[in-house]
Amino acid sequence: MNSDIDSQPRAIAHQKTPRNWHQIFRKLTPYGFLSPYLIIYGVFGIFPVLFMIYLSFHLWNPVEGLGSMKFVGFENYILGLTDPTLWQTIWNTLVMAVLSGVPQHLVALPLAYFLVMMGSKARHWFTTAYFLPYITSTVAVSMIFYVMYSKDSGIINAALAFLADASWSSWIFGGLKEVLPLGWVQENGLIRYSVSFVVWWKYVGFNTVIYTAGLATINPDLYEAAKIDGASSWQRFRHISLPLLRPFIFFGVTLTIIGNMNLFDEPYVLTVGGQFAQTAGKTISNYLYQVAWEWLDMGSAAAISWILFVVIGIFTAIYFWFFGRKGLGGE
Amino acid sequence: MKTQLKAGVVALSLVAASTFAADIRIDGFPDYDTQIDAIKGGLPEHNITMLKNNHGDHHNKLKTNLATGTGAGDVVLIDVGFVGSFVNAGGFVDLTQFYQGMAADYADYAVEAGKGNNGAQYAVPVDLGPGVMYFRRDYMEDMGYNLDTVMSGWDSYIDYGRQLKKDGILLIGNASAVANAYYRFNVGEGEGLYFDGDGKSLVTSDRFVKAFELAKTIRAEGLDGNISEWTEDWYAGFREGKFATQMSGAWLLGHLKNWIAPDTSGLWGVSDLPAGIYGTWGGSYLAIPKQAKDPSASWDLIKYMISKDIQLTGFENIAAFPAHTGTYKNSIFDEPIEFLRGQKARLMFANIAKNITPVTPMKGDLVAEDLINTALDKVLNDNVDIKKALKDAEKQIRRRVR
Repeated sequence: MNSDIDSQPRAIAHQKTPRNWHQIFRKLTPYGFLSPYLIIYGVFGIFPVLFMIYLSFHLWNPVEGLGSMKFVGFENYILGLTDPTLWQTIWNTLVMAVLSGVPQHLVALPLAYFLVMMGSKARHWFTTAYFLPYITSTVAVSMIFYVMYSKDSGIINAALAFLADASWSSWIFGGLKEVLPLGWVQENGLIRYSVSFVVWWKYVGFNTVIYTAGLATINPDLYEAAKIDGASSWQRFRHISLPLLRPFIFFGVTLTIIGNMNLFDEPYVLTVGGQFAQTAGKTISNYLYQVAWEWLDMGSAAAISWILFVVIGIFTAIYFWFFGRKGLGGE
Repeated sequence: MKTQLKAGVVALSLVAASTFAADIRIDGFPDYDTQIDAIKGGLPEHNITMLKNNHGDHHNKLKTNLATGTGAGDVVLIDVGFVGSFVNAGGFVDLTQFYQGMAADYADYAVEAGKGNNGAQYAVPVDLGPGVMYFRRDYMEDMGYNLDTVMSGWDSYIDYGRQLKKDGILLIGNASAVANAYYRFNVGEGEGLYFDGDGKSLVTSDRFVKAFELAKTIRAEGLDGNISEWTEDWYAGFREGKFATQMSGAWLLGHLKNWIAPDTSGLWGVSDLPAGIYGTWGGSYLAIPKQAKDPSASWDLIKYMISKDIQLTGFENIAAFPAHTGTYKNSIFDEPIEFLRGQKARLMFANIAKNITPVTPMKGDLVAEDLINTALDKVLNDNVDIKKALKDAEKQIRRRVR
């Protein structure tokens, strides 16, 4: 054993330099192939993270150039953590995350089940249709919703006004007459629902696809066996599909938590860059953008993003703690 | 030998020519895009292009450009609200040398505001924003109201709104404009909008309390539409005559006439603000980023844009009120304006411009403006007590303006 190891360096030492170069070259080749990714990831992935750590301890107005950075220690963090707006925006983010996230999964799961039951032909068509919102530009989608939500010219208020007036529906919608037209994106009381609906609409298809894929992995024999044993359709869903889908649910919900805590585009567009309903409609990402690019305080913004990072970390950790092991299929 | 000489001469002349002719891009926001053709014609030696973005995006882009040191135009248009944050930023060319002989021709207070802390001129005023109130004549004299009575004070102004409400007409699109007008136009000598001369916050002063109270009354009585300004609903409001008045800088006329509501020509008039206060609302500056390829060529463009003639053209085309005080004696000031049913409004603008109390742009203006707007939003929409909202805002301003 030992002699083996000893003999190796000697063997290399005997080799001539060209062979040596050749070997080094051969060893480095894979890294050469990897380098486009490594460089891009280094520049756009790792460097910004490190720079942001550095930045969060400085006071920096970007407009004044890199030379104007001033070290302030933990001031940015203290300022952030004692900032009532920050806590308000964290709360707003949480509420919208729940309002849009929970219904996403509650709808996507049964929907996927029905799609799979419908057979593959119909399933492909419908999955594509449900998936379309996900691949559409968020900004474009939000702008269209903004127009639909418009107070005076929006189709939603127009429809509600029609329903409130029509004889066959006025018994249920008539009460709305007093408050119409509703400021869907203007009012603090409504903005969270308006934003959450857009987020729900956009991502429900994505989750449906995850669940359809998950359901497709379940062996049909199990269903058949259950059927023979006399299990009803609900029992088959509850006792076969649901337990076997756990890893997929876990995956989908984790993505939803991370995505929703980072919510930016939808509220930004719907509130016209933060003009309306700022008390209830501003998410932590919106706030951090405002601090960075409207107040030109990059240091504070960096500190806030680290705070956001910790918040997301905590929520994901809690979720992992409760559902992690089961979710990943272990006991 | 001969060919070499020829080539040399050609090369030399090319070098010489390039110091004269340049590609100049001006980055700006509406309504200056309407004005750019008039400017192009007067400077045929340069190739001038304009990159237009809406007001907010333009300034965001400029911030990114300054931060990264790349991508800014050769000349940039800057709204006065951003000047306080930008003049000391170090990203702009010192224009003192260029501007020296001409500065006296422009409104003093505006020239002062374009200077950095070191006294160097980094931005030069191109248009001013005399604060006025636009009103619908069909809801005023045509309905039997007397303008002078309505505008005699804020109470009578709000009373007018109560009368209009009976006919289903709103007084104003958004009550926040009234608050804005009040605190913008009652600034004391030597003060900034939100800070005194020493940089101490003024936002809990009576000026803001009273401003918020006025807006609150209007909102509480349902005299405004809670329509956010510069949105599609707001434009539609102008087009459809939903509201009777709008406070703004004189420059709103250009927007109304050119793109917001051209079909409402003849239905509008303009007046001094209630209680006869004078003040400035907006105004733009020109500056040259240090990134500019050829600052002297950029200056050619600025010099042309602030020259008497083109200032007057801009005034005619887009109601950009000239910063050049020498223009005020020109005969176009006596011309009636068709959009305002023949009113000789320009004389009024000039009168306001002469009476303006200068407002000093300050470093914390952007933060304070944001926080005051948030506070106003809370007062108007969430029924937060005025004094509490302002106190909270002040606390935040003190923390954030470092």
